[in-house]
Amino acid sequence: MHNVSLLLLLAIPLLGSIVIFAMPTGRDLLAKQVALVFSIATFVFAIVLGFLFKVSDNRADRFQFQGSWTWIRSFGVHFAFGVDGIALVLIGMSTLLVPVVVLASWNSFDSVADAEEIAAANAPKRSAKTYFALLLLLEVFMIGVFAATDVFLFYVFFEAMLVPMYFIIGSFGGPRRQYAAVKFFLYSLLGGLLMLAAVIGVYVSAGTSSFAFTDLVGHVPNGATQKWLFLGFFIAFAIKAPLVPFHTWLPDAGAEAPAGGAALLVGVLDKVGTFGFLRYCLPLFPEASRYFAKPILILSVIGILYAAFLAMGQRDMKRLVAYTSIAHFGFIGIGIFAFTTQGGTGAVLYMVNHGLSTGLLFIVIGLLVARGKSRLISDYGGTARITPRLGGVFLLAGLSALALPGMSTFISEFLTLLGTFTRHKGIAIVATAGIILAALYVLLLYQRTMQGPVLEKVKGFRDLNARELFAVGPLIALILVLGVYPKPVIDIINPAVKFTMQDVGKTDPQPVSAAQPGGHK
Amino acid sequence: MSALTAVPANILAAGTNNGSFVTPSISYAAIAPILIVLAAACVGVLFEAVLPRSQRFYAQVALTLAALLAAFIDVIAIRGHSVVTASRAIAIDGTSLFLQGTILVLGALAVLLLAERGVEPGSAIVAQAAVVVGSPADRRLASSDRVQTEIFPLALFAVGGMLIFPAANNLLLMFVALEVLSLPLYLMAGLSRRRRLLSQEAAIKYFLLGAFASAFFLYGVALLYGYADSANLSDILRAQNTSTQSDTLLYLGFGLLIVGLLFKAGIAPFHSWTPDVYQGSPTPVTAFMASCTKIAAFGAILRVLYVGFSVSNWNWRPIIWTVAIASIAVGAVVGLTQTDVKRILAYSSIAHAGFILMAVLAQNAQGQMDVSGLSSSLFYLAAYGLTTIAAFGMVTLVRDGNGEATHLSQWSGLARRSPLFAVTFTFLLLAFAGIPLTSGFTGKFVVFRAAYHSAAPLVVIALIGSAIAAFFYLRIVVMMFFAEPAEDGPSVVIPSALSTIAITVGTGATLVLGVFPQPLLDLADHAAKLRG
Repeated sequence: MHNVSLLLLLAIPLLGSIVIFAMPTGRDLLAKQVALVFSIATFVFAIVLGFLFKVSDNRADRFQFQGSWTWIRSFGVHFAFGVDGIALVLIGMSTLLVPVVVLASWNSFDSVADAEEIAAANAPKRSAKTYFALLLLLEVFMIGVFAATDVFLFYVFFEAMLVPMYFIIGSFGGPRRQYAAVKFFLYSLLGGLLMLAAVIGVYVSAGTSSFAFTDLVGHVPNGATQKWLFLGFFIAFAIKAPLVPFHTWLPDAGAEAPAGGAALLVGVLDKVGTFGFLRYCLPLFPEASRYFAKPILILSVIGILYAAFLAMGQRDMKRLVAYTSIAHFGFIGIGIFAFTTQGGTGAVLYMVNHGLSTGLLFIVIGLLVARGKSRLISDYGGTARITPRLGGVFLLAGLSALALPGMSTFISEFLTLLGTFTRHKGIAIVATAGIILAALYVLLLYQRTMQGPVLEKVKGFRDLNARELFAVGPLIALILVLGVYPKPVIDIINPAVKFTMQDVGKTDPQPVSAAQPGGHK
Repeated sequence: MSALTAVPANILAAGTNNGSFVTPSISYAAIAPILIVLAAACVGVLFEAVLPRSQRFYAQVALTLAALLAAFIDVIAIRGHSVVTASRAIAIDGTSLFLQGTILVLGALAVLLLAERGVEPGSAIVAQAAVVVGSPADRRLASSDRVQTEIFPLALFAVGGMLIFPAANNLLLMFVALEVLSLPLYLMAGLSRRRRLLSQEAAIKYFLLGAFASAFFLYGVALLYGYADSANLSDILRAQNTSTQSDTLLYLGFGLLIVGLLFKAGIAPFHSWTPDVYQGSPTPVTAFMASCTKIAAFGAILRVLYVGFSVSNWNWRPIIWTVAIASIAVGAVVGLTQTDVKRILAYSSIAHAGFILMAVLAQNAQGQMDVSGLSSSLFYLAAYGLTTIAAFGMVTLVRDGNGEATHLSQWSGLARRSPLFAVTFTFLLLAFAGIPLTSGFTGKFVVFRAAYHSAAPLVVIALIGSAIAAFFYLRIVVMMFFAEPAEDGPSVVIPSALSTIAITVGTGATLVLGVFPQPLLDLADHAAKLRG
């Protein structure tokens, strides 16, 4: 139980972050290069771990690369790491996004200097060093939050993650960055503190004097206590995810954060919420999860439709993408709380794909904003004619966001809806309407910014250069490859989802045929 | 009814009721730390009389630090002692030794801040307190580097009182300790070099309200004495099962007693002095009050509740529930409206006092007071005190032409000019907010864990309170990092080694207790023993 590989995975970006923080100011280029090297090294190492991961239905292999060291003895807290299939694919997605974000925000990390009105005032440039060091620090916490197998340790990473993100939004964000950063921090902190109460409650009521996940599963007594504790975890994760009605911080944070920060915020940080549902809410509180499933499913469906309508009405591109993400999280929510293997697997795959596709969308918009110095849709028009490569990438990102067949997002959306349909027909049918709305808001966005008459200011735009293509290339490739051949990823996810469904005590319903119309329940 | 015939000496020497005075036996080894500090304070007074002005400052600083260090070493040397001495008036047990050690360390750090002359030539203390504010002599003195040294013996007397306060097993001795620690503090609060009127107003306020609180305390002692026929805490505990007196005496006595203690600890609704006094006092004195006084007062509260009222057939717990909620609510909500950094920290200390108070509600399965409440409050007090000293120490460094710049708006953009200062202060604020990997989180965790069984709703209220309080900590962070610096804004002064040591120790402890809290947790667990 002293496998150090996950510890090493955490150590690489941590070392990189320390190195960059320690650099003298002014060495911006070196800071960027170091950040790139360390983030690529982390990704490579994560891929190596992915190949070493054993796909098996044996429960003993649920968590792999386990390492555990005593941290605070009197609480029973361990520095314990281990990954199941769900955590592994999410770590893979996160470690891929970081180097991509580093490359993409090479010259455009500073939304303050980019904003039109301030750029004119010649505001001082912010330190690139701090930005890239914060990115790597954030990566440490992101990996930690997925890899922790001790509930206390998970909580520590969950909260610590806020701090670098807060500074990324607050220091490098758009004009309303202060408001957005504080709103983001307070929302998350409130959720985190409710979760802290529940963490203590789980520990006390389970009576195992250990915070290890595997020690706690099945030890939380049923009844009212479990329901309250479930709500403590659930609200924290619902704020993070975010699920309607806990979502109002995301449009602000997503719009004001620098493009790279927004990609990580929506692509990875928000996944911690849905990951938390699967890893903690369901196994720790099976009875309460079943009890609350219906209301959560309904909230998720409301979220899908409500956020999609709001997305259509946005004039700010980044706000629009933030709202689309809220709609997508509704899909993940129904996939998880349908309690079917298909739904669960689809939801996990959705998390990965959504990270890739929204990450790509935010990055592309970031590149566009860096050229046009404005986030408003109305400031662009006919851009694709001037910058065909940017337009093409934008289109691809959009199509993956609306889950066109052939894109990886289609597979996950399909699986999620299929898994939900076998148990909750009505929910699945209403949710399907979200797909149509998604096509509307994505295509409208594309049409308004990329098609139509070419605006005067757009004429001077430069097309994507090699660095920018290198940044978006891996994401596009992965979206296409997983769209055609998702089997390796699904194979990794599937056993972990099955274990979770066993924990929650649900088996997949028999396939519903036309002869059994009453098959849902 | 023998109380009516007892001579006053018997109040202290309870139990020897034969009319003749018996010299109590005293374990001098056990109270040596107290004696060292008080003796050094007397020597300090002599220094003022005999030493020439040029030598006094260095002699006083050296004497004060040496005395605190010697007393601290002595506390370590007698660890594990558990005696009740001086006619059962002083209990030297794990808890009192832990608190005494903490007070001595924090007192030494506060003295380092008091002795700082690098940021202001004559230290933060007024050169001659008796000079009329605004008079020509006052203006002359304000710009001179003459330094006032009486503050060091005063601080030592206060520390001496604080060492007795949590160890007093007899309510009369507790009252004496309360006065010994309070009177020097009233003076110290009025000795600010800048904004002297504000400082004097703070001193008067503190004195008047403190005198009221002392009177309440004393009245409570009298009623309890009438009830239990003794001022000794363990006798009072016993009397709650045996006394034939009216219970009204007990309830009223307890209520008045606890009011006096809650006042000293700065717990709502007895907190109204805190913001004004914290703001008006010289900042090093504020640091001293916010850490040492608070710890001593909580030590006394813990002893009164755990020794005097631990197993009683009546329930005082609703009172603690109410004041804990009130304290958290007032601290968090009113703190939101503040615009002065020192006042924000004052309201934060009110909220924190509420958190610590939750711990005494911890009960075990049999409904008795649980020892986890004691050990968790010990840990919280030590952790909070260290963070507080560092935070107030840092406040002294932000200065403009008029001295310390404590208005929030003056801090805008400080991170641009002094990134190290801003990062350190942010770290301390995150500790106050209870973010993991800081001592504030560990402290909150142990207290909430202790209180969870018997007061789960209170834990949730406390967590919501911390979320609200986080907002005003964040406001400072936002100001420092995200706002544009003002043209003529204050700058961060580089202090001498003294303040640097105090701030470094406080900040370092905040980090270490967040990452590796186990040794101090063990120590607190080990120390959580009280002798009746």
